[in-house]
Amino acid sequence: MSASVKVRRQFPTSKVMWSVIGWLVVFVFFFPVLWMWLESFKTEPQAASSPPTIFFAPTLEEFQQVLSGDFPPYFINSAIASIGSTLLVLVLGLPAAYALAIRPVKRTRDVLFFFISTRFLPFAASLVPLYLLARDLQLLDNIFALALIYTTINLPLGVWLLRSFLLEIPPELFEAARVDGAGFFTEIRRIVVPLVAPGIAATSLICLIFSWNEFFYAVNFTSSVAGTAPIFLVGFISGRGLFYAKLAAAATLASLPVLIGGWIAQKQLIRGLTMGAVK
Amino acid sequence: MSSIAGSGGVRVQTAASVARRAAWLRRLPLLPAFIYVILVTQIPFLLTIYYSFFSWNLLKPGSFKFTGLDNYARLLTDESIRIAVLNTVVLTVAVIGISVVLGLAVATLLNSEVFGKGLMRTLMIAPFLIMPTAGALIWKDTLLNPLFGLLPYLLTPFGLGRVDWVNQYPMVAVVTVEVWRWTPFMMLIILAGLQSQNPEVLEAARVDGANSFQAFRRITLPLVRPFLELGALLGSLFVVQTFDSIYMLTFGGPGEDTTNIPFLLYLVAFQGFSIGQASAIGVVAVILTTIIATVALRTLFSIFNVEARR
Repeated sequence: MSASVKVRRQFPTSKVMWSVIGWLVVFVFFFPVLWMWLESFKTEPQAASSPPTIFFAPTLEEFQQVLSGDFPPYFINSAIASIGSTLLVLVLGLPAAYALAIRPVKRTRDVLFFFISTRFLPFAASLVPLYLLARDLQLLDNIFALALIYTTINLPLGVWLLRSFLLEIPPELFEAARVDGAGFFTEIRRIVVPLVAPGIAATSLICLIFSWNEFFYAVNFTSSVAGTAPIFLVGFISGRGLFYAKLAAAATLASLPVLIGGWIAQKQLIRGLTMGAVK
Repeated sequence: MSSIAGSGGVRVQTAASVARRAAWLRRLPLLPAFIYVILVTQIPFLLTIYYSFFSWNLLKPGSFKFTGLDNYARLLTDESIRIAVLNTVVLTVAVIGISVVLGLAVATLLNSEVFGKGLMRTLMIAPFLIMPTAGALIWKDTLLNPLFGLLPYLLTPFGLGRVDWVNQYPMVAVVTVEVWRWTPFMMLIILAGLQSQNPEVLEAARVDGANSFQAFRRITLPLVRPFLELGALLGSLFVVQTFDSIYMLTFGGPGEDTTNIPFLLYLVAFQGFSIGQASAIGVVAVILTTIIATVALRTLFSIFNVEARR
């Protein structure tokens, strides 16, 4: 009797208290995103009012303006650079990960170390020569050149991540396939690709996120023709009021693909961000 | 040994060449990625070192001239590189320190008995997923703006109503936006660590009379420590390169107050077009980052024991 009373009294109080605290913290962190969404459904005068407008009749006007204006080409450029570089990462990275996981070469550790060290090499290391090369080859402001650079950024991560997934395939499968006389390509097609499909998905997600949000190379290597979504946002930088709603609408649209992708694949996100170390 | 004549020697040679062929076959799938990375990162880096010994301004045709260590000498005497290094250190240490602590707190909350865990986690990772340029602009224009921003309005009762955060406290503004972005990253990693913990151990500690704080300090903290380290190390490798939010929020200013190394490089290379000087900065940045990265990656290897499995 007394035990059940105790349980009933104590259990919910602490749970409610921690829930309230937790939700307050989450609200603080999520608020800028929420505010961005609210602003994007306002009219410009509402968005630039003081005190700030909290209650208003939502309008899609700014989204329509952004979408009918010059935003779509930037969005498409982002898609080309992200998807193109991700495909290249998979084409180059999958065989490399295979060589490092399934039939390890000598000094596998050194090779892995080398790959990942290039991911954290500051862009300062190669920026100037790459810029000069792109300039001399007339490849500045070219979206495919940008995709090649993004491939470099994501390849080390891709190799590590794919390797961590390949390591999970039981080695017996490969032995069985080899006994049956399967060659390299059969092995890749019949065993590797189906079994690491989740790994390929996780790797693609991480590559897409990094290249979609990338700004440094985009701002230095592109301008009007090959500009990506973040470059479109630079246009709002002077920030002299009266286009906050439009800015919020553009920012919402630019962030949407990564936000949705990341939300859907939360499990893969953590593994990808830690290069396979945390599962 | 090669002087051994006869069929025996030939057979040894064939065996060796077969082994060599097999080794190359193993290496073959690795080569495309390897060559690509070398072409796009290593060779340009060698060129960067080469350019760093020249005085070369892109806007002045024919200014390409060997000057030896002049660019490095200028870096030693130049005030702006010292400021940039200091700003990079301050920014990185502040952002990583604060976001690890906040990330640990939030992860602990999300790991305890609370309502709506899944939704909390989902909303919590949004700041990390939002495009950094978009996030920084939203902060600058709609939250921190002294005239129309929400924060100065909310802070008016506390006498902070007309504070122009981005101009008066630029480093605070940049750190705030970066902490907002990196706390979810830390939270995700630390939460994974907390969830790998066996709840029965905590329960046993409680039965033995440990209070929550003791249990947290003696049992949970040692267990999540590798995850804290991993988060801090990976995070610092990213935060050292912070560029987006500085470009959007302060453009390195006012003056040089928020110019870090990547931003200084941007200014020298793409505003001043001093290729030689920018290359010297690049070389220094690589040396500094290599020191951090070597420590970081060695720790990474030892924490998660990355080994060739077979």
